[in-house]
Amino acid sequence: MEKHLIHITVNGHEYELYINPKTLLIEAIRDYIGLTGSKRGCETVSCGACTVIIEGMAVKGCSVLAMQADGLNVTTVEGLEQNGKLSAIQKAFLDEGAFQCGFCTSGMLMSAKAFLDENPNPTTHEIRDGIEGNICRCTGYNSIVRAMSSVAQGKYREE
Amino acid sequence: MHNKYSVINTPVHNVDGIAKVTGRATYTFDVQLPGMLYGKILRSPHPHAKILNIDATEALKLPGVKAVVSGKDTLGIKQGIWRRYKELCDEQVLPMDKVRYIGEPVAAVAAVTEEIAEQALDLIEVEYEVLDAVYEPFDAIKKGAPEVHEGIERNLNVTRHIEWGDVDEAFDDADYIREDWFKCGGQHHMCMETRACVSSYTPEKRLTVYASTQAPYYTQGLLAGVLGMREGDIRVIAPYVGGGFGGKFELDGAMFCSAVLSMKLFRPVKIVFTREEDLIASKRRTPMFYYVRTGVKKDGTFCARESRVFTNGGAYTGMGATALYLTGFFHSFPYKWRGYRYDGYRVYTNTMPSTSMRGFGAPQAMFCSEQQIDWIAADLGLDPIEVRRKNGHTPGYEVPGQAFIGSCGLDQSLDKIEEWIKSRGKLPANRAIGISAAGFMSGGIFNWFDTPYSFSSAVVTINEDGTVELHVGCQDIGQGSNTTMAIICAETLGVKVEDVKVHSGDTDHCPADLGAWGSRQTLMAGNATKMAAAEAKRQLLEFATAKMGPNIVYDLDIKDRWVHLVSRPEKGLDYTQVVKEALRGKEGQRIMGRGFYTPHRKGMISPAYSYMVQAVEAEIDEETGKIGVVNCVTAHDCGQPINPIGLIGQLEGAASMAVGYGYLEYMPFEDGKMMNPNLVDYKVIRAPEMPECEVIEIDTFEPEGPYGAKEAGEGLTNPTAAALGNAIFHATGLQMKECPILPEAVLNAFKEKREKEQEKKNA
Repeated sequence: MEKHLIHITVNGHEYELYINPKTLLIEAIRDYIGLTGSKRGCETVSCGACTVIIEGMAVKGCSVLAMQADGLNVTTVEGLEQNGKLSAIQKAFLDEGAFQCGFCTSGMLMSAKAFLDENPNPTTHEIRDGIEGNICRCTGYNSIVRAMSSVAQGKYREE
Repeated sequence: MHNKYSVINTPVHNVDGIAKVTGRATYTFDVQLPGMLYGKILRSPHPHAKILNIDATEALKLPGVKAVVSGKDTLGIKQGIWRRYKELCDEQVLPMDKVRYIGEPVAAVAAVTEEIAEQALDLIEVEYEVLDAVYEPFDAIKKGAPEVHEGIERNLNVTRHIEWGDVDEAFDDADYIREDWFKCGGQHHMCMETRACVSSYTPEKRLTVYASTQAPYYTQGLLAGVLGMREGDIRVIAPYVGGGFGGKFELDGAMFCSAVLSMKLFRPVKIVFTREEDLIASKRRTPMFYYVRTGVKKDGTFCARESRVFTNGGAYTGMGATALYLTGFFHSFPYKWRGYRYDGYRVYTNTMPSTSMRGFGAPQAMFCSEQQIDWIAADLGLDPIEVRRKNGHTPGYEVPGQAFIGSCGLDQSLDKIEEWIKSRGKLPANRAIGISAAGFMSGGIFNWFDTPYSFSSAVVTINEDGTVELHVGCQDIGQGSNTTMAIICAETLGVKVEDVKVHSGDTDHCPADLGAWGSRQTLMAGNATKMAAAEAKRQLLEFATAKMGPNIVYDLDIKDRWVHLVSRPEKGLDYTQVVKEALRGKEGQRIMGRGFYTPHRKGMISPAYSYMVQAVEAEIDEETGKIGVVNCVTAHDCGQPINPIGLIGQLEGAASMAVGYGYLEYMPFEDGKMMNPNLVDYKVIRAPEMPECEVIEIDTFEPEGPYGAKEAGEGLTNPTAAALGNAIFHATGLQMKECPILPEAVLNAFKEKREKEQEKKNA
């Protein structure tokens, strides 16, 4: 199959990739660009461990081809922290212990961030629906819901 | 409660937290070594077949394929984690001559890409002679059933007998006897990180293994056994581990096949299971058929219990032998029986092996026991909480010949749950609250691995600036043991958590430890850590005492980096200064403390037991059979909590897995084939279905545990399915004897109930 040249901006850096058109976005991010924070946990678009944000929207990185992200802005978990400073959702996850083994965490953080950016004043019910696509086998989700609620309530808002 | 500690039970961030929330935490799944090849495993399509021939000629011709290995490329050593007992070492990870379940490894390929390795699998020709297979224990135990392992009569793998008291006399004394049969299904660990391993064998004849394991020392020991190597020549590194839950401490196909391939090629080989492989060819919670006969007095006093269990062992033993013992013991829990008799039979079948999973046989035991207790209470018109209170364990109780109970907060737990139930008031129709009591161990005492090492070990080294290196062999698989050990070390030494760097998950640099299973780490590794830190502290205090020169009846302590006289805390020295000067006094030798823990004279099971009572509020839709869990409240006695954020997380996590076991997580097999090996069809709890899980801590102190701590986080998997069953019973009158409780089963039970009522009317 003929390879294609694409340009993807990941966490503010533009990458030029020469790839097989079948390459999934998550493969491009992990195997070509080398950012391994995003994980893979299934082959059926079920678990959400590979969730990234494309132009503000949470997307499972195994559900789109890298070529579909050509020319777009992608944010991965590595893009949440800026110059050593954690983002609000990361701080909240730490405070609430909203992770254990951490394997789902990268994807969960991206779903949480995209959801909160879109829904600044959610109910807990809406929060739960908002992360339905992400499986966490360790926490039972309640700590994640608390972390998201505390971000929504402005606990981490900067003056 | 006044916290007399500086660090213990104060909320601290998980010590691995920043690495995890920034995506920097590197799992075996992420490991990439120079020159690394990718491995794939060819798996048996048959539940039972002889391997007649394996021809890899065509596969080896595929460009990019570097090697194909099968059983004949190995030493053919049968391995098992119960390595003290040769007869229980029954598994060749790449079998020499026959396969015993669908998905069993047959051959493995290494290639330059995963895709090529996958393509090569299709080119390997395997000639099988298909044999008759058997899938259920009651079929497999019959005379003349196909033999899963040659010469094992009736496929009986392990039997267990537990008995105390005069059981028959105690039954004779009972006013009421009830007997029931139950069926408890399997459950998959479903770790987010599937089984993964990178093995790298080098010309020094040393093997380095990155593995997703709960117990690096077991991985090291088991690999040494099957590869014919010395343990010391194998280094196992478990970087971050994406979940374990009891499924990742045996030797798996990824570990063995990647090691064999790497030894052949002298190149690193990485094998990662797909989700489907993980679901069909790792292991699962042990399915059990339970017969329970219980005799009680009219007033609800327990007299005797007799139970028989037949478990579907699948193809190999693994940790299933332990599950068979623990289910029998915890089936008596947490009550006093004058007579108790248990017989367990683990039966080989041609299905995926069953093993330990969070709760380790106890969730099945509780599902049967705790429901039957509610039914007996209803039969006799008694209050189910009162019945439990009347018969429950108390501090200082001895389970005859089995266990000594130190701390026990069962009574207080019952009180708290009773209060909570009252606070809920009247509930809508089709909604009710069910309860279940439970308990669990804090690490097992039996040395079936036959290790010559202590069960847990720790080394504490203090640097000249007062920072601390803590080396432990216990494994953090997400449950937070690194944080727990940092807290115990900081508390003991009198420093801050951020002063302590925890080193774990590397057999070259950390002392041996039996790892993360059976809720052993807080108590066992915690005691070892405390001992090591205390030893290092003693060396500092020797020096400080000499320097300060107090009357010898006064003692010194360190808190918040302040070395001081206990009777006059204001009189003291700066901790960092003491460290610096103490080093000079020792000719620069580092201050180092060693600690260990090995249980002696702690009964047959464990040094300490946690207790809990859980209330599950559930609603049942009579039209669809659908179950919704509204609330899951637990009164919980884990002794002294060490790490409060971690504790809540563990308890909520246990509840999510246990609620899943109660009504969702179902593993149907047809002719030995798992019918739902993917995350679309194998359902786990997702955020919207997860109930609120309030926890009420019961304040106790466990004398065997570090700072009074004992088990937390595994035991809470035990009560939930039973409490859910009891909620359904109290809402509808239905007695659900199969777990998970599926909507179809609820609908059928409703139908049967209506038919019976109709029959009664007609009569």
